[in-house]
Amino acid sequence: MTKQNKKLVMILLIVAVLLVVGPFIAMRGAEFGGSDDAGSEMISEITGTDYEPWFEPILETAIGGELPGEIESLIFCIQTGIGVGIIAFLMGKFMERKRLMTLYPEIAQKEGM
Amino acid sequence: MTKNETKVFKVLCFLCMLFAVSPAVSAMHIMEGYLPPTFCVAWGVICLPFLFLGFTRLNRQVKENRKSMTMIAMAGAFIFVISSLKIPSVTGSCSHMTGTGLGAILFGPAAVSVMGLIVLLFQAILLAHGGLSTLGANCFSMAIAGPIISWLIYKGLGKAGVNRKVTVFLAAAVGDLFTYCVTSIQLAMAYPSAEGGFQASLVKFLGVFATTQVPLAIIEGILTVIVVIALESFAQSELKAIHFNA
Repeated sequence: MTKQNKKLVMILLIVAVLLVVGPFIAMRGAEFGGSDDAGSEMISEITGTDYEPWFEPILETAIGGELPGEIESLIFCIQTGIGVGIIAFLMGKFMERKRLMTLYPEIAQKEGM
Repeated sequence: MTKNETKVFKVLCFLCMLFAVSPAVSAMHIMEGYLPPTFCVAWGVICLPFLFLGFTRLNRQVKENRKSMTMIAMAGAFIFVISSLKIPSVTGSCSHMTGTGLGAILFGPAAVSVMGLIVLLFQAILLAHGGLSTLGANCFSMAIAGPIISWLIYKGLGKAGVNRKVTVFLAAAVGDLFTYCVTSIQLAMAYPSAEGGFQASLVKFLGVFATTQVPLAIIEGILTVIVVIALESFAQSELKAIHFNA
């Protein structure tokens, strides 16, 4: 990675973090519920009645109630974990490979890289 | 595409057309049970040709060069991570990004539809987030419409000679935002207001979904640029394998 790119990546990461933290600090006291909940409120407002979903999530039917918050966050974490695991594994492999390829250019040539 | 594949594709397209002309239906992830059944089926059928194209595209890619598997895994994993993070936004509610821009840039929009579907299934079944009944509609907005816009922007600006990083940023960010615009359209079609109809509803839903999504779209653009920089620095041979011209 060139020096210029390294700098850019750092700056971009900082901007991304600020974009997350900014609204959170600025909107103190806001609930930060899901925007899909806000969407269903909007449906009720438009139709003028409490909207009754015609189909229940199968998981909620199976366990006979709403998914507990802690379990939900567990499953969300699993989702994140699967993704991060794959990305980190591959990126680590790529980086190490590049280092070795520059150390041993004759092998790199044989492999056609 | 082989002859058989072309045939199947044509049949699926025809099915779509049938649904497109039939009833004018009235509805982010859109939640389970929140879309009338006719809409659910219609959106689902519209997704079919794209998913089929995606499957054949991925299949061909892997057959042509085994090395592309790693990049496919990368794009899929990126969607997994990005769409699991709920992020606070300026409207005081949370939303999450889609992550489909990267895949669209690397593999084209059809292939992403398959990856997006996997994530949507994961969330619908295990998390009661989104839903099986609304899977078609959500798949269309997140895994088809958004990626198509991303891909068009990427190709268009690329040809126009705009800076690569700017191109990637805009493709991912606008694609993300567009996903939520499509969701708003889907909901407005299903739930037109008593006064003002479709348009009045659309404005309301856009107010909820699109406004929340603006900062998130920017973040998604940033993260996608970072991943592309990393790939271009360390995975040149893989990018070559999928004909991604750096």
